[in-house]
Amino acid sequence: MRLKSVIDGLILIALALAPFYLSAYHLSLLGRFLALAIVSLSLVLIWGWGGILSLGQGVFWGLGGYALAMHLKLASLAPGDLPDFMMWSGLDHLPKWWAVFHSPALALTSVVVLPMAAAGALGWLIFHRRVGGVYFALITQALALAFSTLLISQQPYTGGFNGLTDFSTILGYSVNGPNFERGLYWVTVGALTGSFLLCQWLRQTNFGRVLVAIRDGENRVRFLGYNAMAYKTIAFAVGGALAGISGALYMLHVGVISPAMVGVVPSIEMVVAVAVGGRESLTGVILGTLLVNFCKDWISSAMPDLWLFVMGALFVLVVTAMRGGLADLAEFPFRKINLRQSRKTKRHDSVIAVEKEAEASKAG
Amino acid sequence: MWHIPIMTGQVFNGVSVASILLLTALGLALSFGQMNVINMAHGEMLMSGGYLAYLADKFVHGPAAFPCALLVAFVGASVLGALLEVSVIRWLYGRPLDTLLATWGISLILQQGARSLFGAIGVEVVAPHWLNGSINFTHGWFAGLSLPYIRIFIILLAVVVLGGLALFIARTRWGQWLRAVHQDREMAGALGINTKRVDLIVFALGSGVAGLAGAALALIAPVTPTVGQSYIVYAFLVVIVGGLGSLLGTTIAALLVGLLSAGAQMFTSVSFSDVLLLVLVVIFIQFRPRGLVATHSRMLKEA
Amino acid sequence: MREPQLEAREPLLDVEGLTVSFDGFKALDGMSLRLTSSSVRVLIGPNGAGKSTLCDAIIGHVRPVSGRVVFKGKDITSLPEYQIVRKGICRKFQTPGVLESLTVEENLALSARRHRECWRSFGRTLSGEGRACVNETLELIGLAEKRNMLAGQLAHGQKQWLEIGIVVASDADLLLLDEPAAGMSHGEAAQTAELIRRLSQWHSFLVIDHDMAFVAQLDAPVSVMHMGRLLKEGTLAEVRNDPQVAAVYLGRAEEVSRACA
Repeated sequence: MRLKSVIDGLILIALALAPFYLSAYHLSLLGRFLALAIVSLSLVLIWGWGGILSLGQGVFWGLGGYALAMHLKLASLAPGDLPDFMMWSGLDHLPKWWAVFHSPALALTSVVVLPMAAAGALGWLIFHRRVGGVYFALITQALALAFSTLLISQQPYTGGFNGLTDFSTILGYSVNGPNFERGLYWVTVGALTGSFLLCQWLRQTNFGRVLVAIRDGENRVRFLGYNAMAYKTIAFAVGGALAGISGALYMLHVGVISPAMVGVVPSIEMVVAVAVGGRESLTGVILGTLLVNFCKDWISSAMPDLWLFVMGALFVLVVTAMRGGLADLAEFPFRKINLRQSRKTKRHDSVIAVEKEAEASKAG
Repeated sequence: MWHIPIMTGQVFNGVSVASILLLTALGLALSFGQMNVINMAHGEMLMSGGYLAYLADKFVHGPAAFPCALLVAFVGASVLGALLEVSVIRWLYGRPLDTLLATWGISLILQQGARSLFGAIGVEVVAPHWLNGSINFTHGWFAGLSLPYIRIFIILLAVVVLGGLALFIARTRWGQWLRAVHQDREMAGALGINTKRVDLIVFALGSGVAGLAGAALALIAPVTPTVGQSYIVYAFLVVIVGGLGSLLGTTIAALLVGLLSAGAQMFTSVSFSDVLLLVLVVIFIQFRPRGLVATHSRMLKEA
Repeated sequence: MREPQLEAREPLLDVEGLTVSFDGFKALDGMSLRLTSSSVRVLIGPNGAGKSTLCDAIIGHVRPVSGRVVFKGKDITSLPEYQIVRKGICRKFQTPGVLESLTVEENLALSARRHRECWRSFGRTLSGEGRACVNETLELIGLAEKRNMLAGQLAHGQKQWLEIGIVVASDADLLLLDEPAAGMSHGEAAQTAELIRRLSQWHSFLVIDHDMAFVAQLDAPVSVMHMGRLLKEGTLAEVRNDPQVAAVYLGRAEEVSRACA
C-alpha cells in the first residue's frame, strides 16, 4: 500500500515537472493524453469497480467539451456577432440556449453538471428496470451513435461535421501561445490529481465497498438491504462528470471539438486504454492511456493502416490473456508466490469438496 | 404526406430494411440466447458475406452466378464465424463483457483487413437480369407506386431463412439439442449432449445467415469495409427489444425497428430518427425490460 | 426437548394464500404459513414442491399473482427487495453467495451496517456497534482467524458458514436459510444445527433442507410442502408417520428412504 503511494507521488512529480524537460510538441501531446486519462479514471470507477461497461463514455465527454466550446466560441466574437457556422446556415439570431453560455460561470458549471445529469438520468432509467451487463453496453453504444449523428445533422446549432473551433480567449487569456499551453498543462495535471484522489477516496468509503460488492454479486447485496440501483446510478453519474471534465480539457488542448471525437469509435478507444492499463487500477489506467495514445500517435503517423490492426489485437490480447492489464504486470514479481499458493489451496478445496460429497452421499 | 402510394412505398421499404435487419439480428439473438454472448464482430460477418458474394459474382458467370454468390456468402461467413468461436469466444465463456470487447477487437481487424484487400471504396454485386425491374402500379389507389424486384427478393429471402431456421430448430435433432442447451446447459451436458459443439453450430449458423444478409445487401448498396457497422447497432437494438434468443421476438422486433425508422424518416431527418429510435427503446425497456418475448423462470435468476 | 409451539406466540410472518406462476406453471398454489418470533421452522418437501420459490416470494424476488405476505403486521407483498430486507428479513441462497473479492470481515461489515441508504455510505468506517457485531459473528462462525482473507479463497464449507454469518450479522428478525448444510460433513452439519438453535433465542428461522439427520438435529416443528401447497405441519415424528406425507414421497425411492431413515 505504502509503496504504491510512493510510486504515485513520484509519477505526479515527474508529470508536474514535464514542462521543464519535454519539447513543446511532446508536452502538448502529453497534456492532451493526461486530459484523456481523466475519462479513463471514470471508467475504472464504473467498469473496473462497478462492473458497468459503458461504450458511450464519449457522449458525456463530448457534452463537457461542447459546453465549454460554446462559451469559447461566444467569447471570441465581437458583441452582437453570430458564430460563423450559424451565419452560413442562415440563422439570423443567437438561440437562447446558446446565449446563456456567454456566462463563463455557467459554462464551467455545465461542464460538470450537464454530463453528470445526463449520465444520472440514463443510468436511473436503465438500472431501475434491472437492465445491465451486455444490454447496458449496447444501449450506451447506440447512444454514442445517436449523439454523433445528431451533432452532425444539427449544423446550424452545433457546427455540424466540423464541430466548434477557432477560439481566441478563455476567461480573458489568449488561447494561443506557450504560456497558455503551459498553464493549461498544469491545470490538467491538477484536475487529473483531483480526479485520482476523488476515485481513491470513493473506493475506500463504504460506497466503494458496496459498489465492488454489487459487481461481484448484485443479488446478494440487494438481499442485504442495499438499493443497488442507487449505488450504480451515482457511480455512473460521477463517471459522467469526470468524463465531462476530461472532454473540456481535451478540447482546450486541441482547440476543437467535433462529432468524430465523440462517436462510437472514440468511446471504445477510451475502453481499450483502460483495459490495457488494468481496469481496476487508477495508476495503471493513467499509464495505460499514455502508452496507448503515444503508440497510436506514433503508429498512425508512421504506418496509418496498421493502427486499427494493433488496436484490435490489443483488445483481444488484453481481454483474453491479461485481464489485469499493465497494473497486473507491474505487480507480478510481488505476487508470484501468492499466486502459486492460491492455486494450491484451490486444488485442496476441490479435493475437500469431493470428499464431502462422498461423505454426504454415504450419509444419505 | 398522406399520399397512399408514398405511404405504401415507405412501408414496403421499411419491411425490406427490416428483412436485412432480421437476417443480421437472427444470428446475434441465437448466440445471445444460447451462450449469453454478444458478438461485436457480427457486422463483419455481414460485410464478409457481401465481399464474398462480390468475389463469387466476379469469377462465376452465367445464370448460376447469383445463387452461387449466395451460397459462397453463407458458407464463407459460417466458416469465419466458426473460426471466431473456436479461437476466441470459447475461451471467454461466462465473461460476456470481455467477449464483447474481444470481438470488437476482431471486428476492427476484419474491417481494416477488408480495407487493405478491397480498398475503402465500395464494391457492388450486379443483380441478375431477372431481378431488374419492378412491379409498377399505374391505376387505382396505388397509382405511381413501384416495388423493385430486388427488394421483394430480399423480403422473400428473409422469410425463407426464418422458416428454415424455425424448421431446423423444431424438427431436427440438432434443433432439439439446441433447445435443450438453451433451456438448461448443465442438464443438457449431463444427458450427453456435446454443448460445445452445439454452441459452435449455433454460432456458425448465425454468422452464415448474416453472410446471406450481406450478399442481399450487396444487391442494393455498395459493400464497404464499414457496412457492418452501419447495421450492427440497429441489430443490437433489435436483440434488446426482441428478448433472449427467441425467433418470434426477434422477428417482431426487427419489423418494429425497421418500420419505425422508415416511418420516422418520413417526418424527420435520418439522424433524428436514430435519436428517436433510441429514445423509444429506452422507453420500451421501462415496460418490458426482458424484451418482447420474455421467459419467466427461476433459471433467469442470475441474469 | 422443546415442544413445538405452533400458535403460542405473536405471529411474526404470515403467508396467506400465496400463488406464484411461471408461464402458467404454478410453483406456489395458495401456500399459507405462519411463523412466530424466536422460533425455528423446517420446510421439507419433494423437489419442485415450491420451497425455494416460497423464499423468493417472501423476500420479493418473485412476485405472486395472488395472496399476501404480512410481516410484523404489515403487508410487504409489493415492496422492493431492499426495503423488505430493511424491515428485517434476510436470506441465504442455495449456492453460496459470498462476495468473493471482499475480505471475510468486509463481507460481514456490509451486512452489519445498520444504515444502508446510499447517501449515508460515504464514511470509511463502521460504527462501534457494527464492529462489535462483526467480531461477535466472526467468533460465532469460527472464522475469526481468517478475517482478512478474501472470501473467494475460502473452502466450500467455510463459504457456507460465512454466508450464514452474513445473514446473522444483518440482525434480521427472520432468517431464511436455503439448504444451509448442503455439502457439509456430518460434524459440520451438527455444528450448524447447534448454531441455529442457539441463535433462535434472538431470531426466527425458516430452514429448508433435505437431510433428515440435520432436520432431526434442529429439533423443530416441520412443515411439509407439496405441489406449491402446505401439506402437513407437526413434529418430525408426526410428519414421518403421516400416511399422506409418505404417499407424497412415494415413487421417489431415494427420498422415501431418506425421509423414513
